[in-house]
Amino acid sequence: MDNLHEVWVYLSTLPLFHLTLTMVAYQIGLFVHRHGKSHPLLNPVLISVIIIVSLLIGTGTSYEQYFEGAQLVHFLLGPATVALAIPLYRQFHRVRRSTAAILVSVIVGGATAAASAVVLASILGASQQALVSIAPKSVTAPVAMGIAHELGGLPSLTAAVVIATGILGAMMGPTLLKRIGITDSAARGFAIGTASHGIGTARAAQENEIAGAFAGLAMGLNALATAILLPLLWRLIVGV
Amino acid sequence: MLHYLTLIFCCQLLGEVLVKSTGLPIPGPVVGMAILFAGLLARDAVPDDLSCTADGLIRNMSLLFVPAGVGVMLHAKMIGRDWLPISLSLVLSTALTIVVTAKLLVLLSPATGEAKEDG
Repeated sequence: MDNLHEVWVYLSTLPLFHLTLTMVAYQIGLFVHRHGKSHPLLNPVLISVIIIVSLLIGTGTSYEQYFEGAQLVHFLLGPATVALAIPLYRQFHRVRRSTAAILVSVIVGGATAAASAVVLASILGASQQALVSIAPKSVTAPVAMGIAHELGGLPSLTAAVVIATGILGAMMGPTLLKRIGITDSAARGFAIGTASHGIGTARAAQENEIAGAFAGLAMGLNALATAILLPLLWRLIVGV
Repeated sequence: MLHYLTLIFCCQLLGEVLVKSTGLPIPGPVVGMAILFAGLLARDAVPDDLSCTADGLIRNMSLLFVPAGVGVMLHAKMIGRDWLPISLSLVLSTALTIVVTAKLLVLLSPATGEAKEDG
């Protein structure tokens, strides 16, 4: 038993251990997703997060210690975002053909995301600070946290709702769009990217390249539109 | 492969520097994406190896969100007493945003004969 404990102490300090844990948990998530006939509730990100969180809580490991290994995976988010330029370039002829439609859709979609979240949460009795923190929920995390900070919200709460929104959009998006009869890949990707930023974009890219390209474009445009418009409108309407 | 990965890193770094020096309200990697996109437009072609490198990153992009997701769930108690209104509004608002955005884009897009081919 003592030996086992020593091995564990050694393992838990190795960055490789938590990196491997992350990869293995994701493989399990993918496996369950595939064997569950890609049911929307069996989202691979959600499954791997649940597996890892249970293990961390069970072993009393801190997030800081876990992140020491996991940051290698986390780090690649930046380069992956840059790489979205390639599908975007390959689909540029489609983008150029509907520039006006794209701009109107992202502004209306981004406004819907912020306004509906704030109005609904307000009706349901959330505090003023919670409202500010969830307003930028559909925007990619670093931008959303900046907006929340600027308007007096809690950036850490914003980070949580942004990730939750991303997973929700990735889970619901494809099924929901199918149900309302949207088959056009560009519109599917664009809607998922607008509503649920990078996590949605990652999901849309699994459908096909057109969906991935439009999702990445929507994520970038919505970050820009919300960062500019939300603080202006918030001050205008709420008057703080 | 490696030199295209280096190129992607350079674009991101340039993006981060631009954001820092201009105060643009968007993240460095998104600016990096715009820089790489501009470069591709100027060159008017995507090298095969760059496509491979990028596709590898994008295909597995979901994995890259796992560490952030773990952080959020470990700190879920921070959502505090407002968890019910917040969760309900996130679900409804996300669904509404997807429906509105998709319907609007389809409605406003110039009619094309090829729209169905990709579905």
